[in-house]
Amino acid sequence: MLRYAVKRIGLAVVILFTVMLAMYAMVFLVPGDPASLALGPRATPELKALLRERMGLDQPVLSQIWHFFASAATGDLGYDVWSKRPVLDQILEFFPNTLILGALALGWALVAGVALGCLAVVWRGRMIDRLLGVLSVSLISVPAFVVAIYALLVFAVWLRWLPAIGAGTPGDLVSQAKAVILPAFALGVGWVGYIARLVRASMLEVMGENHIRTARAFGLPESRIVLRYALRIAIIPTIAILAVGLGSVLSSAVFVETVFGRPGIGTLITGAVQKRNYPVVMGTVLFMTAFYLFIVTAADLLIARLDPRVRDVFRG
Amino acid sequence: MSSGADRSLLRSLVSDPMGALGLVLVLLFLAMALFAPWLAPADPVKLDVTQKFQPPSLTHWAGTDQLGRDLLSRIIYGARTAVSIAVTSVGLAGLIGLLLGMIAGYGPRWLDAILVLLFDSLSSLPMILFALAVITVIGPGTSTLILVVVIVSIPGYARLIRAQTLGLSGADFIQAERAMGAGPVRVLLRHLLPNVVGPLVILLSMDIPVVIMLEAGLSYLNLGVRPPTPSWGNILYDGYTSLRSAPYMVLIAGLPLVLSTLGFTFLGEGLRDALDPKLRHGVPR
Repeated sequence: MLRYAVKRIGLAVVILFTVMLAMYAMVFLVPGDPASLALGPRATPELKALLRERMGLDQPVLSQIWHFFASAATGDLGYDVWSKRPVLDQILEFFPNTLILGALALGWALVAGVALGCLAVVWRGRMIDRLLGVLSVSLISVPAFVVAIYALLVFAVWLRWLPAIGAGTPGDLVSQAKAVILPAFALGVGWVGYIARLVRASMLEVMGENHIRTARAFGLPESRIVLRYALRIAIIPTIAILAVGLGSVLSSAVFVETVFGRPGIGTLITGAVQKRNYPVVMGTVLFMTAFYLFIVTAADLLIARLDPRVRDVFRG
Repeated sequence: MSSGADRSLLRSLVSDPMGALGLVLVLLFLAMALFAPWLAPADPVKLDVTQKFQPPSLTHWAGTDQLGRDLLSRIIYGARTAVSIAVTSVGLAGLIGLLLGMIAGYGPRWLDAILVLLFDSLSSLPMILFALAVITVIGPGTSTLILVVVIVSIPGYARLIRAQTLGLSGADFIQAERAMGAGPVRVLLRHLLPNVVGPLVILLSMDIPVVIMLEAGLSYLNLGVRPPTPSWGNILYDGYTSLRSAPYMVLIAGLPLVLSTLGFTFLGEGLRDALDPKLRHGVPR
């Protein structure tokens, strides 16, 4: 187990390193200078030089890369070009908002998806099962930000049930809760369909196993078999997928956060991209990639702990 | 693939209502893109401020935007933008992925190890954040979008081709070919390529809606296709800024995006069921 853990964590570190190296390589391979791009065509050479210095672009390439990694390892992600605030402070300020949004989105998707998946299994092969199948695929393919805009129009502009923008008043839990409903709904919609399909597929697999046949032989009602005996086992792969899901949800939150003007990692990075705020973009991408790798690696280790077959495959 | 196999593939695709619906939607969407100049009732970039914010009517079927441009024409031309970006980028990525995948699967082991590490690193990048990072470096635009999609999509295709190549390279007919003295280029191009291309095509078609959605999303953030070029994303953004006064704009501009991603997904699912039920399931976006 220890050997597997070391290998897995080592791989994550190597991947993170490669990712950042690739991003740096891109900056230097691609023609055009970030400082001139940021300032536009009418900037004076002095201004460009000043900005280049602030971005650290006046140093030799290798020393820039070394400097970036060395300070990132100690938690220093550099300073915002315009406001001069530390990048890490901004990330830590916005990240909880995005994390809450992502967790709520996956949470409601899990509840609704498991429910739909179970319904499909109970009525497998029937019309309802097929309709649920079509519904799941449709939910998966609809872009979250279109759902977000439609939901905003209907529930915030027309019906006025929920606030249209922001994350609620700080300290006021009710207003914060109201503000997160629509974004979490929009972000989770696609995952409802995905989880429903996943639950249905893994349940059908479980339904063929001996203990289910035994339960059926005892004459237990179908709904009880599905809910009490099959779901318990079938939910394990879904939980594993959720870990990966959180990483991908946090990154697609960009669009939903922008639509609802909700402070978060998405709005932070979009604003930074529009202003060419180079250190903020690099720092945020590094932070989010590291977070994603951390979750995926942790999930892998957990699964390996539960199921020794996974470790053996890796060793072989 | 013989024409007989093509016909039976088409038949099994059409016999599945979801696949048939997908095919119809995709054909409609492609026709819109291809025949845009003939279908569009007006010039998509022509301004007429006297006609701004006209709700749908007989002269402007989908209404006009804040600059008085005909929305229906912008949407039809938007299909052209979406299709050209999606097809170019997915095609390019497919080609490079095919090449790298075959090299990884058939080449020396050390090269395979390096390539696999590269694929793993690239695919652990959150796609949207990576896209934003690239845009910061080289500026927004159509070519940036294509570059991002190509870089992010290569690992998926290369992994599929690598696995297929690895599986096939031990097969009897490949061994026989090598025993008869065929070089690696001949083996790869004449014998492996025809066998690995099918699943790749399905995967490519399933990724087209992902690209359409990314293009629209980034154009919505004003970081994708530059205005005034019509894109569904920037039409949606225009509508979003006048959500209260002209809600018909987002309602209409969202529809083609939803219908085309649905169409491509249904078609992809149908194709997969008809050809290879073992391929992956789509991940939500």
